[in-house]
Amino acid sequence: MKSIQATNDFVVKFANVNGSGSASANELFAKCILRMGVPVSPRNIFPSNIQGLPTWYEVRVSEAGWLGRRGGYDLLVAMNPQTWDADVAGLAAGGYLFYDNSKPLPAAKFRDDITVIGVPLTDLANRNWREPRQRQLFKNIMYLGALSVLLGIERDVVVGLIGEQYKSKPALLEPNVHALDLGREHAQTKLAPIGLKIERRDAVGGRIFVDGNSATALGMVYGGATVCAWYPITPSSSVAEAFQKYCAKFRVDPQTGQHRYAIVQAEDEIASIGMVTGAGWNGARAFTATSGPGISLMNEIIGLAYFAEIPVTLVNVQRGGPSTGMPTRTQQSDVAFCAHASHGDTRHVLLFPQDPHECFEFAAAALDLADRLQTPVFLLSDLDIGMNQRLCEPFAWDAERRYDRGKVLTAEQLEAGVPFGRYRDVDGDGIPYRTYPGTHPARGSFFTRGTSKNADARYSERGEDYIENMQRLQRKLDTAKALLPQPVLEPAGQAARCGVIHFGSTAPAMGEAIAHLQAQGLHLDALRVRGYPFAEAVRDFIDAHERVFVVEQNRDGQLRSLLIEQFEIDPARLVAILHYDGTPITARFIVRAIGERIGVAQAAPAPGAQVAVA
Amino acid sequence: MTYLPKPKLHHPSLQRNAVGFTRRDYEGAISTLCAGCGHDSISAAIIQACWELEIQPHRVAKISGIGCSSKTPTYFLSASHGFNAVHGRMPSVVTGANLANRDLLYLGVSGDGDSASIGIGQFVHAIRRGVDMVYIVENNGVYGLTKGQFSATADQGSKSKKGAINTDAPVDMVGMALQLGASFVARSFSGDKAQLVPILKAAMSHRGAAFIDVMSPCVAFNNHPGSTRSYDHVREHNHALGRMDFIAPRAAITIDYPPGEVRAVRQHDGSTLLLRKLPEDYAVADRVGAMNYLHACQARGEIVTGLLYVDPAADDLHAHLDTVGTPLNKLGENELCPGRDALEKINASLR
Repeated sequence: MKSIQATNDFVVKFANVNGSGSASANELFAKCILRMGVPVSPRNIFPSNIQGLPTWYEVRVSEAGWLGRRGGYDLLVAMNPQTWDADVAGLAAGGYLFYDNSKPLPAAKFRDDITVIGVPLTDLANRNWREPRQRQLFKNIMYLGALSVLLGIERDVVVGLIGEQYKSKPALLEPNVHALDLGREHAQTKLAPIGLKIERRDAVGGRIFVDGNSATALGMVYGGATVCAWYPITPSSSVAEAFQKYCAKFRVDPQTGQHRYAIVQAEDEIASIGMVTGAGWNGARAFTATSGPGISLMNEIIGLAYFAEIPVTLVNVQRGGPSTGMPTRTQQSDVAFCAHASHGDTRHVLLFPQDPHECFEFAAAALDLADRLQTPVFLLSDLDIGMNQRLCEPFAWDAERRYDRGKVLTAEQLEAGVPFGRYRDVDGDGIPYRTYPGTHPARGSFFTRGTSKNADARYSERGEDYIENMQRLQRKLDTAKALLPQPVLEPAGQAARCGVIHFGSTAPAMGEAIAHLQAQGLHLDALRVRGYPFAEAVRDFIDAHERVFVVEQNRDGQLRSLLIEQFEIDPARLVAILHYDGTPITARFIVRAIGERIGVAQAAPAPGAQVAVA
Repeated sequence: MTYLPKPKLHHPSLQRNAVGFTRRDYEGAISTLCAGCGHDSISAAIIQACWELEIQPHRVAKISGIGCSSKTPTYFLSASHGFNAVHGRMPSVVTGANLANRDLLYLGVSGDGDSASIGIGQFVHAIRRGVDMVYIVENNGVYGLTKGQFSATADQGSKSKKGAINTDAPVDMVGMALQLGASFVARSFSGDKAQLVPILKAAMSHRGAAFIDVMSPCVAFNNHPGSTRSYDHVREHNHALGRMDFIAPRAAITIDYPPGEVRAVRQHDGSTLLLRKLPEDYAVADRVGAMNYLHACQARGEIVTGLLYVDPAADDLHAHLDTVGTPLNKLGENELCPGRDALEKINASLR
């Protein structure tokens, strides 16, 4: 049998039962590898339930720094009998199966092309602990201990991390370390070494390890959001929860203990967006966090905010749709929907973060943009970014940065006689001036409505007034193009005839795919789009290439449609590469799909672990 | 209804209130509602109440949904910011606006279609959160703008203009407001300005969710025999629960009623509500008693009007959320942004 031999480049999959406390042990595992200087990217794969059903945690170890999902797994930690058969069947040939052998399993439950590693976790737990919950929890730490020995993870690293985790609960430190050492001792005395190894490197650097939803929430705190209205929905709930956590830490008046924020868990998403709209109208920075079904419900008020020109920031952590769709799976399938949300002619500003670093940056930027443009701004994250911890550049904040509150006339300006008409295009950029309610006793009041009006905000059904207003809104969205985060060009090493456009959570898999295609002699220029409406540079990029692949995680090629729509491009020049099964896109998939279309499929073997003869 | 615009110039002899405004300064654009519409009387009462309360018009935010009633904010307080939102969603927009700036007076204007049907969920939750606002439902039991369909507050058995009988049980918003924890609940009649103005003033001075259901007949579609929302029907079945005088803070209270006939309720802002002619056993701060009284009147086919319930010590959503006294929309980078050093610490904790 050929066993996989790999150092710092393999995938470990943990198959657990939801609610068994495995999540923290698994996270500890990932962090240990990071502390040894080797990049990892873990992903939670979980169904829509709380307790008892299967859940998986997949850790990709990649010294090269590839953070996309690889596909396949080389080491399986099989802790869930319910999914045993499928989990074992999916293990790579030559891979390793780690399991609890307290109870004997029939030979048919195994494969003969894998290495089986049995540890009597239940027996060990029963021998050492009395409480059922303790037995369960320490079983997780014991497998962590055994794995640390098998893979060469330093004990000091694990103990250090456990110490950090239980800094505030020192009583838990000792039993956890004891469980760890039980696992380690068993592995050291009873188990043979395996072909997968972690070796210390210095490939992590100053990067941070954080989930996108926490990063978004922190960006909202830094960006000055004071009102958050939300309704619980997977996978976005942790945005509001993290916002609450960060506000409790950073937004409490030190003198009075009172809050410089207001968070309302609304009765539904319609109320959430209504509150955010009311707050934005009244001059507070406000946001809501939701997912596709929530956006569906918010549509009417999104149109109101667009037409009445009210700053609104929406976080959409995308999942699979339509309807309830795949609540716990990832997709980029709300792109076209958000771009044109609500009835009538609408167009909205979208931001596409690629990782938690950009979630932070774009969240704060979204609040500025919403105020500057007086319109809804969508931060389009997804479950893959939002609910997984990702290695990314540290958060950055310029100490000199000031909030851009946009065109707001003050009481002094009104008093000085600055002329005011709510929807006049004074500066030629389509962006009108506004006043906050309560500013001046005699000047600056206006009536906000979703019905047609003239430039002075008076009700009007005159066709000329309506057209003037709608065209100004269009000019305003044109103005937006230059204000949004600009696309990032990643040129091929040499002149390339083909290009690829991608966005959001596809980025890590894309970078890896390009490297593999390049190794096979296929050179692609890549453009990562970060905002909509698209910058002119996107058109230039398309014009400069014979063929452009548009890689996205939805069925209909939604970004591609928006490109065709905005630039009036011949659809044949934009080739859709679509991945939408609910799992994060992989470099393997992209390499194969692009390779097939270019006719070099045979030249591009799937990237992954080096398989060598044991 | 008139198509003649009112002159902008005011007569110099017009009386000014303590903050320097004439009554005309509280007016709005000319109403486009039907002549005789109850809603216009409510707008006039709001104008009167704001003038008498000496409120600076620009410190009021008037927010509505969609429908005839929701058009009315255009017809009063033209110096106030107004927001005609979408159907049934006024409560959430007010909630957000109120969170952004706790210092303004929020008038939420709605109708029975807007609040009892499409927006009933938002009505429920704004009330139970205690949003500091005056929630006015201009209740005519009918959809006017879409020409005469029954609304959810129409009484069972009442007849439409075209002769259809309503078979559905009505939503009683006053009963709901009491049950949901509104800290000020009243019902009035657009045809009784003497009752409505003091109720509006009391509600505007109240801290917390103040709910007022105003019977407001629709002259175009619901003012015929067989309707239970016509002027005639409401007048005939009006059961006025005492009378109320509103005494502004610092104003001298002179009581010229025999002792025992007047009860005074002092609100948090120092204003006093003088309640007279109340039934002896009626306690205006007794929520359960108010609900019982309401239901007893209803069972007799009477429409009880007046101040049904007030909790003068109520607090509001801001108190529940423990927000700072400064309006959130006035906080800047110094108060809101934790700064770069804090971010470096966060970065360090994530390695």
